[in-house]
Amino acid sequence: MAWLRARPRLALLLLAALLIALPFLVGAGLGRSWVRVLDFVLIYALLAIGLNIVVGYAGLLDLGYIAFYALGAYLYAWLASPHFGLHLPFWAVLPLGAALAGLFGVLLGAPTLRLRGDYLAIVTLGFGEIIRIFMNNLNAPFNLTNGPQGMNLIDPVSVGGLAFEGQRQFLGLTVTGLHLYYYLFLAFTLLAIGVAMRLQDSRIGRAWAALREDEVAAAAMGINTRNVKLLAFAMGAMFGGLAGGLFAAFQGFISPESFNLWESILVLCMIVLGGMGNIPGVILGAVLLTVIPEALRYLGDLQRATLGHVAVDPSDLRMLLFGLSLVAMMLWRPAGLWPSRQRKREFASEDEHADLYDARA
Amino acid sequence: MPTSTMPAPECLLSVEGVCKRFGGLAALEDVTLSVNEGEIFGLIGPNGAGKTTLFNCMTGLYSVTSGAVRLAGEAVQNRKPHEVVKRGFARTFQNIRLFANMTALENVMVGRHVRSHATVIGAILRCRRTREEETAIRARAHELMEYVGLGHKVRALAGHLAYGEQRRLEIARALATNPKLLALDEPVAGMNPAERQQMADLFRRLREDGRTLLLIEHDVKLVMGLCDRVAVLDYGRKIAEGAPAEVRKDPAVIAAYLGGAT
Repeated sequence: MAWLRARPRLALLLLAALLIALPFLVGAGLGRSWVRVLDFVLIYALLAIGLNIVVGYAGLLDLGYIAFYALGAYLYAWLASPHFGLHLPFWAVLPLGAALAGLFGVLLGAPTLRLRGDYLAIVTLGFGEIIRIFMNNLNAPFNLTNGPQGMNLIDPVSVGGLAFEGQRQFLGLTVTGLHLYYYLFLAFTLLAIGVAMRLQDSRIGRAWAALREDEVAAAAMGINTRNVKLLAFAMGAMFGGLAGGLFAAFQGFISPESFNLWESILVLCMIVLGGMGNIPGVILGAVLLTVIPEALRYLGDLQRATLGHVAVDPSDLRMLLFGLSLVAMMLWRPAGLWPSRQRKREFASEDEHADLYDARA
Repeated sequence: MPTSTMPAPECLLSVEGVCKRFGGLAALEDVTLSVNEGEIFGLIGPNGAGKTTLFNCMTGLYSVTSGAVRLAGEAVQNRKPHEVVKRGFARTFQNIRLFANMTALENVMVGRHVRSHATVIGAILRCRRTREEETAIRARAHELMEYVGLGHKVRALAGHLAYGEQRRLEIARALATNPKLLALDEPVAGMNPAERQQMADLFRRLREDGRTLLLIEHDVKLVMGLCDRVAVLDYGRKIAEGAPAEVRKDPAVIAAYLGGAT
């Protein structure tokens, strides 16, 4: 590792090669269903990076984040499916989805400006549910969302006449839609990482951090807390909307069920588990919380092979392990698996303060 | 900027008949005072006299019930705190309010927010103007850290600084907003005599450099030795204003605040 650390250029090159080869390696080693998991990892990474702006940078606890994901997905479905007979290309629909979600981010942010902590969490939670319930019921009097049946036959992404579906041979490799989506999602995720990192290390990012630390002091130092909060909501929501559009195109089918409270909590867990405020940590969280539940599915097969029947439903087991690991995390690594330096200090500071006072006494 | 324009001192801040009520409780009643450009103005008074309330009314944290606060002629009462800062009025807090988990330098850089312009787009694209602005922000923050004597602590976490250093850092952060008027709420509270002396030196240096200071302080000796003029608050009313030597002799002040000390 030290050898690589001394050669950052080479390390970057190796990482790039690994990311490019990954879907084929995973496909060959674990089967095609795991390439699909890989695609979901990237969608969740995108969501987690977006939510991290709101929660990690600006310190606004948002439990309804998935609503923006839903808005992006539904807008994609409206503009690129037989539902209204519209078939706009993805490069036109995705920005619109991001913009719509950003707008709703501001709409949600505006009435909650005075709320903090628990109160904000409850209101955002309500917002998330409202959007889901709307999507569930807007099939009458005018059929907008097709209600609980969801919308299907959503156009796949298509670049220059190449639709991201079916499979074709390329350089002796079987390239499927899953592979192509992987690269598309990877591109968007890298873009999101770049945007989030640059924002963090800027005048705007410092204003967010100040807001998170002490809102009154931030205002007294000349920060327009209203604008800065709305900006955080809007930026986070835009990433959510973008991810939603990608999800709709990828799945070809969306229904309100995909956007329930559990999804919001899952994305929040990715941030908390990985390391709030730190992009690599957040991505690690997204990887773990997407891959581990999938891997645990094998527990069913394992039980069948050893016991002859399924004694414990793997999906129940998943939730149990999930809960246990979160409790363990909070006890032993409260700052997350891969915290930002700042966050680490924050949680360690109590002990250090003790030293400080001892030294002065 | 000349520090002492003896003939006609320019009025920088004027507080005109400010009242502040919390429900039935009158925290401030008809307070009027004016701070001249380039002076150190002391605001003293016993605990609960309304000094911090007046500060909060002036800097936009509280709205005033009636009356006006003018900074260089412009009304700033009932404006949002960031608008007051933008007009050149910065403050520190009685119970230090730093951004504890940011570095000392970052704290000061936050102070530059109101004097910089980078937008989201600029920050994402990192165009040349944004990069130049960032460099300027950083340079100015370093300069101010040196100015308050914390040049060696730029990388330290604000929350980990010693108490006296935190006070200084708060001043540097406030200075970063380019204030015409710097309001300090009990800046030497809890300091030992040597530290107090250092702070007094810093305040004099600020005055020499053309800043106007408004100071809330309990330490009467410090106020008397440092301030050009003082006002005394008691139960939300101003009971005296003038040169320290005069105020010190004022019977109302002696009764309310100084007790038998003089």
